Amino acid sequence: MSEQKKTRILLVDDSVSMREMVGFTLKGAGYAVSQAEDGVEALKFAQGNTVDLVITDINMPNMDGITLIKELRALPAYKFIPILTLTTENSAEKKQMGKIAGATGWIVKPFDPDHLLSTVKRVI
Amino acid sequence: MAIDIDLTQFHEIFYEESLEGLGAMESGLLNLDIGTPDVEVINTVFRAAHSIKGGAGTFGLMDIAQFTHIVETTLDEVRGRKRGVTQELVDLLLESVDALRYMIDCSKAGKAVDQDQIAELADSLGQVERKAPAENIKTPAAVSSGWRVIFKPAPHLLQTGNEPYRLFRELKTLGELMVTADATALPDFDQLDPELCYLSWELLIRGDTSREQISEIFAWVEGDCALEITLQGDRRQFVERRQAEREALPEQAEAREAASIRVNIDKVDGLINLVGELVITQSILNRVTGEITGNKVEDLLAVVEILVRNTRDLQDQAMRIRMLPIDFTFNRLPRLVRDLSRSLGKQVDLVITGNSTEVDKTVLEKISDPLIHLIRNAVDHGIEKPDDRLAAGKPEKGLIEISASQEGGNIIIKIEDDGAGLNQDKILATARERGLVGQEELTPAQINNLIFQPGFSTATEISSVSGRGVGMDVVKRNINDLGGNVELSSVAGKGTRFSIKLPLTLAILDGQLVRVGKETLVIPILNIVESIQPNKIQILEITGETRVYRYRDQYLPVIRLYETFGIPTDIMELQKGLLVVVDTGEQRAALFVDEILGQQQVVIKSLESNYRPVPGLSGATILGDGTVAMIIDITSLTQLYRNTNRKEVA
Repeated sequence: MSEQKKTRILLVDDSVSMREMVGFTLKGAGYAVSQAEDGVEALKFAQGNTVDLVITDINMPNMDGITLIKELRALPAYKFIPILTLTTENSAEKKQMGKIAGATGWIVKPFDPDHLLSTVKRVI
Repeated sequence: MAIDIDLTQFHEIFYEESLEGLGAMESGLLNLDIGTPDVEVINTVFRAAHSIKGGAGTFGLMDIAQFTHIVETTLDEVRGRKRGVTQELVDLLLESVDALRYMIDCSKAGKAVDQDQIAELADSLGQVERKAPAENIKTPAAVSSGWRVIFKPAPHLLQTGNEPYRLFRELKTLGELMVTADATALPDFDQLDPELCYLSWELLIRGDTSREQISEIFAWVEGDCALEITLQGDRRQFVERRQAEREALPEQAEAREAASIRVNIDKVDGLINLVGELVITQSILNRVTGEITGNKVEDLLAVVEILVRNTRDLQDQAMRIRMLPIDFTFNRLPRLVRDLSRSLGKQVDLVITGNSTEVDKTVLEKISDPLIHLIRNAVDHGIEKPDDRLAAGKPEKGLIEISASQEGGNIIIKIEDDGAGLNQDKILATARERGLVGQEELTPAQINNLIFQPGFSTATEISSVSGRGVGMDVVKRNINDLGGNVELSSVAGKGTRFSIKLPLTLAILDGQLVRVGKETLVIPILNIVESIQPNKIQILEITGETRVYRYRDQYLPVIRLYETFGIPTDIMELQKGLLVVVDTGEQRAALFVDEILGQQQVVIKSLESNYRPVPGLSGATILGDGTVAMIIDITSLTQLYRNTNRKEVA
């Protein structure tokens, strides 16, 4: 991984405030962040660009997170890329569903910035 | 990219949750046994601080985050047994809780924080002597010498985006790591699929780490590998037991949290409003169907019967939504008593019972100040100094008991102390001095009640501890404003008891309907003493129009409601109507009405929010026949009467 390029993260969530807050935190830590508001936009972006990490919500309109992960894994460039889902504390099944679709792991909401950043560091 | 979103809606939630967290920290610290501190309590306090720090950081409240970080670090050192628990440290931590409350209040109000104070406190936290804690914390001593982890990933692991090397990188942060790879499953090169994982590993980690920490690192790959974590070394059983203990605890806290949700109070009030209207509609329906005749009537009446019951149940439930355990107010008291008794050199035990009794939210908020004032008085003036108590043959420690219970439609709160009781002679002397009473004889009960008179508080009573001269008259007024009353009984040398009665809810009233002209008015039953037919002999005339009625041994002003509210009526001579004797708690009056109608529960609708505040009225309601009836506010009515008549006399 070259040092000159910033680590790129693709953030997918239909909630504007979520994207703003997470984006803000990640950028503050020096990452380059691209955003999409649903699976369709995310997939379109992925077909033309590569990133180092994808963080996606699960419940979104047009194309949900689970479907997005399956579609991403089918793209050669995204076969081994870390993909994290954003889930709430108690949804063990959501975590499982993400995994089965091919997700690397999850970030639990609500999270504090430290936790978000340390989780991101785990996969970069 | 600029951040345009409005984070302030999240601020409210942060403030609420942080204040709750600070409450949890405070109780934890108060319950901490200095001699043998419980590590779980320390953990709870630590977690609360950690959450607050996180939230503050998220919202850019850096002052709060930084200060909380120092508190968190201190607690972490205690947890890690690098610092011992001393009285001094607990006091500092309690001060830090106060400081954080202060910082949050400043943040809410947009005020600046006194940085010097905070910096001083932060320094003290850093400087408190770090005693060697080894003996006092209640957990087993130093643990495992190491763990052995066998990690066999499934071949497709790489395709989940997980990388074994990153997992090992994290394990390295837990301690010394030794990794041995097992390549036996690796096929020949020409059969090798570069996208699959054929390797497995044995990892040895040396360090003071727990199984939890290790399995947490493998959390994401759980289903995609075979994982074995075994303890190395001879302290195995010790550690396993401690793990089991720790695992058993968190469930309770989670279960409790899941049983409630946060709801905006406006939504609740909106719902209660609708229920109120439903009650009115249902009572109109009831009335109308009573007038229908015919075959289908029985069926219809039966259904209406059910509707009445459903509505009543719905109403009860809706009222309950606004209710909260009185503990929310009671829980400030232990800290208050502790601080106060320390600073006054007294020893006081506070016993609280019935703190799960539920009260309406508004009642809860407004009863807080009176309660605090009464408790302050009990500690300051009630309980004697330890020496005096011993000399009087009492135990050195004073006792204050506060209890809450539900009786009928009311909440009863009692505050009882075993202190010196009220000094009747002193009270009588002070009252005479201030012109509150003449030279007549008073019963002990009457003397006690003198302390509730405005103007009674003496300079000697207003100590810096009991507050800025707030006075018992304000306490009484606050309680009366809630529709309740307070009584006091005391025995010199033995103690004092205050008994507060409050209505369960504020939105429904037991009312006495009366008629004046064509208008129906409602008088709160709580205020009614008696209704009487005026007797000519008892009517006295003063300055022409104004009349006074002699009732038992008192002279009551007669308030002619038709006059006060400008209602046309034929009945203007007192003997032709009725008098309703009412009591505001402070004084009595006789209300002159045409006729007395039935009694019923009425739903109070606000005049203020639908029209404008009207002196003499506390609200309005819609009766069963659809007419609007005004609800009289006895206290403001008597005030209004006094003001109008003062003008006339002058």
